[in-house]
Amino acid sequence: MQRLILSKKNHIVLISAILMAIAFISNLGFKNEALAIWSLVIASILGVAPIAIQAYQALKVKVVSIDVLVTIAVIGALLIRNFEESAIVTFLFLFGAFLEKRTLNKTRLAIKELTKMAPESAFKQMENGEFEEVEVDEVDVGDILLVKTGAKVPVDGTVLSGEGYINEASITGEAVPVGKTKDAGVFAGTILENGTLQIIADRVGEDTTFGRIIELIEEAQDSKSETERFIDRFSKYYTPTVLMLAIMVWLFSRDIELAITILVLGCPGALVIGVPVSNVAGIGNGARHGILLKGSEVIGDFSNVDTFVFDKTGTLTTGNPTVAEKEIYADNGDEIFTYLASVENESDHPLAKAVLEYIKITKLYPVEQTDVVKGGGIIAQVNGHSVAVGNVTLMERENVQFSEKTRTDLIRLEKNGNSLVLVAIDNELKLLMGIRDQIRQGVKENLQKLKKLGAKNLVVLSGDNQGTVDLVAYELGLTEAHGHMLPGDKSAYIEELKAKGHIVAFVGDGVNDSPSLALAHIGIAMGSGTDVAIETSNVVLMNSDFSRLPHALGLAKAIVNNMRQNIVIAVGVVLILLASVFFSEWMNMSIGMLVHEASILIVILNGMRLLQYK
Amino acid sequence: MQKATIQLETLICPSCGQKIENATKSLNGVEKESVKVMFNASKVKFDFDAEKISVEEVEKAITALGYEVIKSQVKVK
Repeated sequence: MQRLILSKKNHIVLISAILMAIAFISNLGFKNEALAIWSLVIASILGVAPIAIQAYQALKVKVVSIDVLVTIAVIGALLIRNFEESAIVTFLFLFGAFLEKRTLNKTRLAIKELTKMAPESAFKQMENGEFEEVEVDEVDVGDILLVKTGAKVPVDGTVLSGEGYINEASITGEAVPVGKTKDAGVFAGTILENGTLQIIADRVGEDTTFGRIIELIEEAQDSKSETERFIDRFSKYYTPTVLMLAIMVWLFSRDIELAITILVLGCPGALVIGVPVSNVAGIGNGARHGILLKGSEVIGDFSNVDTFVFDKTGTLTTGNPTVAEKEIYADNGDEIFTYLASVENESDHPLAKAVLEYIKITKLYPVEQTDVVKGGGIIAQVNGHSVAVGNVTLMERENVQFSEKTRTDLIRLEKNGNSLVLVAIDNELKLLMGIRDQIRQGVKENLQKLKKLGAKNLVVLSGDNQGTVDLVAYELGLTEAHGHMLPGDKSAYIEELKAKGHIVAFVGDGVNDSPSLALAHIGIAMGSGTDVAIETSNVVLMNSDFSRLPHALGLAKAIVNNMRQNIVIAVGVVLILLASVFFSEWMNMSIGMLVHEASILIVILNGMRLLQYK
Repeated sequence: MQKATIQLETLICPSCGQKIENATKSLNGVEKESVKVMFNASKVKFDFDAEKISVEEVEKAITALGYEVIKSQVKVK
């Protein structure tokens, strides 16, 4: 019976509305008072039933909930034969709850979408060797699974056989499919775009990287800040206090009407719901944009950050040396590149890799003999020519002559922070290339945005030499740059900044800077789904796109503002309502309930604005 | 000791959370300190002693409060 009534809440709302309309019309149009009263009485009793059931259940577990207040108020109104008010109050309360559920679901949608991406089934190899579809919960570590084209990888595992391309966007934010063959690692929640794989399960369920991410987000949306814990404690005593107050008023004034009005007005709805709503909508917005904010405490601290410390390699720069500049001292450029590619193809030097990637070889000449000159480069015999590829020292050793223009080129390229690769054919300089770890696209603009959002100090720390780091800092407009930093030095430096009273965020790729990530007020791991980074940092940017960083900071600030607005709205409404009970004529139970429900919807709608934040 | 996660219908009032928390804590065999009601995720997480109580009994207690249980998961700790 109880469950039946509770499950029919929506119908009850509808019937109440119809009954009230009948009462209204019959009273006005037909002057039929009896019909009006009976309609209102039925509406009240129907409406109060589910509320009373919830109130009873709450009292059973020793909680004085809003339902208790409303139930007493409605019974009171019925006793003093104020049927109009009792009907309107129950209707508004139920209808409000209906709207709240709809809107709250919207605020939670972003995170729901994410959790829906979790794999649900898997093809598991059974004892007879056949693959059968099972629930993902039934997969254990060590099971052999089959992943078909278009399917989600169900667990974190290793490829045993087969090959295919996997879209790992759910883990790395990178939408370009990654090729996988035997022994490659695959992640739960990623999608096999083509091919077929047999994998062995290494980690399942909540232990997978994707499972951890989901759990962290779910916990984040329900994590509580100091303010929230205060509000919770407050509301625990607040409702009983309102009840006591109403009883006192009744005892002293013998005015039931006033007492029950206070009960309705005292409902704490907007206050308890305002902050969690901002939280969930904000974290949802982040999740949609590949930003994982670990809870409201983190959001609060993040919004106050005044100093950003960046790791250089892989964060501000791409982390791979590439050809940035070149000067050709010959007419037959293509021919020179072919010679260069032929020689570099023999080498496994990191700069050689950068050169080959740049040239994108179309043809190669056979290389007859290669001599590696330590600390200099390579000298090779190709097509009867002597080709020297290496640095300035090698060229000087080979007596290659530099023209005036070459000398200025050399100085310029070096000043720009390049490693130099020179190419001489038969002791004549043909080509000069500058190779460096280039600054990632869009970093400069996004750092400007951080400044606009209120970041005062932008610092780069790196293990590279001071000159290289200074160049990066100059190019990007950073406020400080420190080179020759070992991981230990970096964390010591962050400690120092904290001691000076700065609120520090550290941004790194999480590969070797986890101590700094953990030590900073806010550790921001960028562009990686590595477990360590996800565990030790406070904010994870799934996508390596640098524009996520100002978005994350702006979002944190917007969430904090939104929470403040909601607290002001909620407290303001209660104060105004209580004041008007005592000092005005027009306040009654129905208006009180209307304002109360409206304020709840306003804070929810206000929180929903965060979903749109860009 | 086992660890359970119960997924509930969408919770809309934070005081529902308090009701569920109190109800779950009051059951014999449920580790009181471990009970966590997640309002936004609409989940209850807790540790319990499988010899004293089963998940079904906890589910029943929550359903009796008027909240629908969607699914539950148990993991041996």
